[in-house]
Amino acid sequence: MLFKLRAHAALSVIVAIAFFNSGCTGGNKSGSNEVAVDTSGLEQNIFEDISHAKQIFYSLPSPLESALIIKTAGATYSEPLLNPLSNVSKYTTNKAMAINLGIYITDLSYASLFDQAQTTMKYMEVSKKMADGLGIIDAINKETMDRLEENINNRDVILDIISETFMSSTAFLAENDRQPLATISLIGGWVEGLYLATQLVGDKDIKNNKIVDRIVDQKLSLDMVVKLIANNKDNSDIKEITPQIEKLKGVYDKIKISTTKIEPVVDEKTNVTTLKSSSTSNISQPIFNELRESVKNIRTSFTL
Amino acid sequence: MKKFIPVVILAILATFISINISAQCKGFAKKVGKIELFPYIHDGNFQAAILTEGEEAELYKTCYTGQQYRIAVCGSENLGNIEFKIVDANRTVLFDNTQHNMVKIWDFKLEASQQLKVIVKVPASQKKSEADVNSGCVSIMFGFKQ
Repeated sequence: MLFKLRAHAALSVIVAIAFFNSGCTGGNKSGSNEVAVDTSGLEQNIFEDISHAKQIFYSLPSPLESALIIKTAGATYSEPLLNPLSNVSKYTTNKAMAINLGIYITDLSYASLFDQAQTTMKYMEVSKKMADGLGIIDAINKETMDRLEENINNRDVILDIISETFMSSTAFLAENDRQPLATISLIGGWVEGLYLATQLVGDKDIKNNKIVDRIVDQKLSLDMVVKLIANNKDNSDIKEITPQIEKLKGVYDKIKISTTKIEPVVDEKTNVTTLKSSSTSNISQPIFNELRESVKNIRTSFTL
Repeated sequence: MKKFIPVVILAILATFISINISAQCKGFAKKVGKIELFPYIHDGNFQAAILTEGEEAELYKTCYTGQQYRIAVCGSENLGNIEFKIVDANRTVLFDNTQHNMVKIWDFKLEASQQLKVIVKVPASQKKSEADVNSGCVSIMFGFKQ
């Protein structure tokens, strides 16, 4: 009887510890209708409902999506904007390696979308160094490099490899109780996308500029960054980057976005739903310049 | 000292079990969720959780104008069909798969970038004792077209 009780207690301990350790992502609970809606308030509403969810995810644009957003907006390719390969030896702490894993994978995604074969290979190599340094097993291995080399002119395969690499890296960190590093890597990649976009606009007119529109849209993703940081606020690495993100938020808070009510319209032929609505913002040249400078400062501190 | 040995063994065992569960979920997302996204390209984000019948998960994501997305919500076979709906910042339901034969995917594009919320629920099955309640992986994955 005593043995049975002990066995039961032991099983309870296993289940309890397993429960607290589990969580595939490491736990992040861690219109055409002419009514203009100021999303500066509404974007918060989306988070305000009382949640009954066991798990809550805040999803940032991945490096691949960030690069695609920039390209779709009409950006050109500019290799000097990438984080230099020679910087790789500077990154020796887990925080620096996690940030620059995200940054290098964003650069790699950007290069691959513009069919820069050699650059893609080189940036995959430095991404591998970051992943290896973080102890991420097999996210980028010899097989990955061989597959990339064999398909260097096949963009679809390259994008699949990049997607797989990023998923394996962040999932590995999350499932090994290193969620803050996974979050830092996501933030690093997101900041790099923002850096590339703001630098590509340069001194061009911000009016009717699609890249500027997508930069403004990042205000919506910044909310996710803030939530991700809040979920990991006790981590020392997260604490170090928090003031920089708060400063960026201060600049974004000056931008007001108004959007109209969404009307979903289904294309019966393709079965694709279009969410019809429109949005406007009050971004001005001085605010854009301030934003560009703020992003540049964060990116510089991440890569130096 | 000897007293602590069982505790250490239990802790190692528990950690192993949890990592194994997580790894299974990653494998599930890769093998099942990603296939549902095809021919869309997976964005590379990993969002999967172990859910039990009756439980919910939520995902917040900004989707951008100019992109065409596919969301795929998949669950382990033992969980049956997974319910999911997409709502906007006004809490307006934009899509609810319970109104569309419990499909696993939804393709959409946007004329203006929006914050969207995905609410995923594993339906609770009736007539089951607590011991018979199923758990399994549920993945929420996004893909896009070039």
